[in-house]
Amino acid sequence: MSALLELQDIWVEYGDKIVLERLSIAIAERSFVAVVGASGSGKSTFLRLILGQEAPTRGQVLLGGQPMRAECGADRGVVFQRYSVFPHLTALGNVMFGLECAGAPFTGRLFGASRRAAKETAMAMLAAVGLEHSLHVYPAQMSGGMQQRLAIAQALVKHPRILLLDEPFGALDPGIRLDMHELITRLWQEHGLTIVMVTHDISEAFKLGTRVLAFDKRRHDPQAPHRFGATVTYDLPLDRKTFPPAALVEALGDPDPQPSLLQ
Amino acid sequence: MRRLVDIRPRRGARLLLGGLPILILLVVYLFASEMRHAANSADKVLPTFSAMGQAIQGFTTDRDPMTGRTTIVADTLASLYRLGLGLGIATVTALLLGLLLGVVPLARALLGPVIMVIAVIPPIAVLPILFIVLGLDEASKIALIAIGIGPFMTRDLAGFVAALPREQFAKAQTLGANSWQLALRVALPQLMPRLIEAVRLSIGPAWVFLIAAEAVASDVGLGYRIFLVRRYFAMDIILPYVAWISLLAIAADALLLLISRKGFAWAHGDGR
Repeated sequence: MSALLELQDIWVEYGDKIVLERLSIAIAERSFVAVVGASGSGKSTFLRLILGQEAPTRGQVLLGGQPMRAECGADRGVVFQRYSVFPHLTALGNVMFGLECAGAPFTGRLFGASRRAAKETAMAMLAAVGLEHSLHVYPAQMSGGMQQRLAIAQALVKHPRILLLDEPFGALDPGIRLDMHELITRLWQEHGLTIVMVTHDISEAFKLGTRVLAFDKRRHDPQAPHRFGATVTYDLPLDRKTFPPAALVEALGDPDPQPSLLQ
Repeated sequence: MRRLVDIRPRRGARLLLGGLPILILLVVYLFASEMRHAANSADKVLPTFSAMGQAIQGFTTDRDPMTGRTTIVADTLASLYRLGLGLGIATVTALLLGLLLGVVPLARALLGPVIMVIAVIPPIAVLPILFIVLGLDEASKIALIAIGIGPFMTRDLAGFVAALPREQFAKAQTLGANSWQLALRVALPQLMPRLIEAVRLSIGPAWVFLIAAEAVASDVGLGYRIFLVRRYFAMDIILPYVAWISLLAIAADALLLLISRKGFAWAHGDGR
């Protein structure tokens, strides 16, 4: 199977600071790639690269075999840790937003039959994430978990080829986080999604991912630490759920990642 | 023992507390006025309430021979017309420019500096120029108000849009929004409550510019009247006029707040 997304020898530099170096990676369709790494290891840059918010200094990004422009597009959906939903729209309005943008380039609003169709689609999507009873609620009245459910529904209604999750559950309570794990796993299977998720939580990465990427620097220069960039130091396919290698656990400082891994 | 910062008055107590200083001011004025009149029955500096009542009756019943309106109605309509038009022009300009500058970095680079330069010019210093260029009629007064508050509002709104979370713009783009849709559906609706807030803050300065312009060159208007009767030490007219202006300002502020709460409930944290 050919890769859906391919990064070829990517370098990202800010001035003389090198963030990512020699990054080459291919992501297959329908995979759930979890990205872990310490703060400042370039995993967020990696996500912005795929999102198109950032252009590589060298190298190229291929999406479906085609070079990707460094611009956010409708083929990649995203859920951030915060600010993913529009505060001035209700849940229904938030999900309909993407449909309205496609259907009404000038007014940004649909009317009549096309509006009813978009509403049906949006309501079905909201039901799929368990928000069917909160159609007319504004984000300010929602809990953090509900807001993230809404953000996922908002992204999925556009059927993105890749769904990018930037620490989507980082700000949630542990119990809510487990519900969200169930939800995202179910949606991933039902919709045949390709997901790239950045997370701080290594047990979450091994629980959800079919592949775990760890970002870190291979080389360190004590005099000029910024001159070496990070790259993928561990690339673990998880066909069967496996334990993280001890060295990786130690490097990321997770005290006890094992109990939740075998679910 | 409860700390002072933890004592929160209830609604009734709050109204009572808020009314107390106003009541005290009135009583103090009453005593001061009585004392001055005891010393000099012809005193004009602190007129008694009955003298003010007579003056109020005068300017609410005497009709202007030209328009047939009473003095205060003619003055109020003239001033509100200038104020409304000046505020309206400033608001519309600030909304369009603020949106453009906030959403399009290119426009910000192009127009940001010139708007900043205009915003730091003291508006009253421009008044003579406006009188020379636009004449002494309504246009110069309206222009002064618009120039006085427009650039400030523009900068405030542009800054607000630019400070909206980047994530929202990225998210909208991944949902297929183009630049126009971003401005129309993401930035503009979130800007509206802020716009009302900016208008509320600008009403104070707008009154200052209006009264300054009316004081210099006018033949009708609230500011004109105050500066006219000042020549005769007519405090019995000036004080009610000032009170009337404050009342108008409070009413405008309350109306804008109501519009914001009704129209943009999501921004006040109690929507649905």
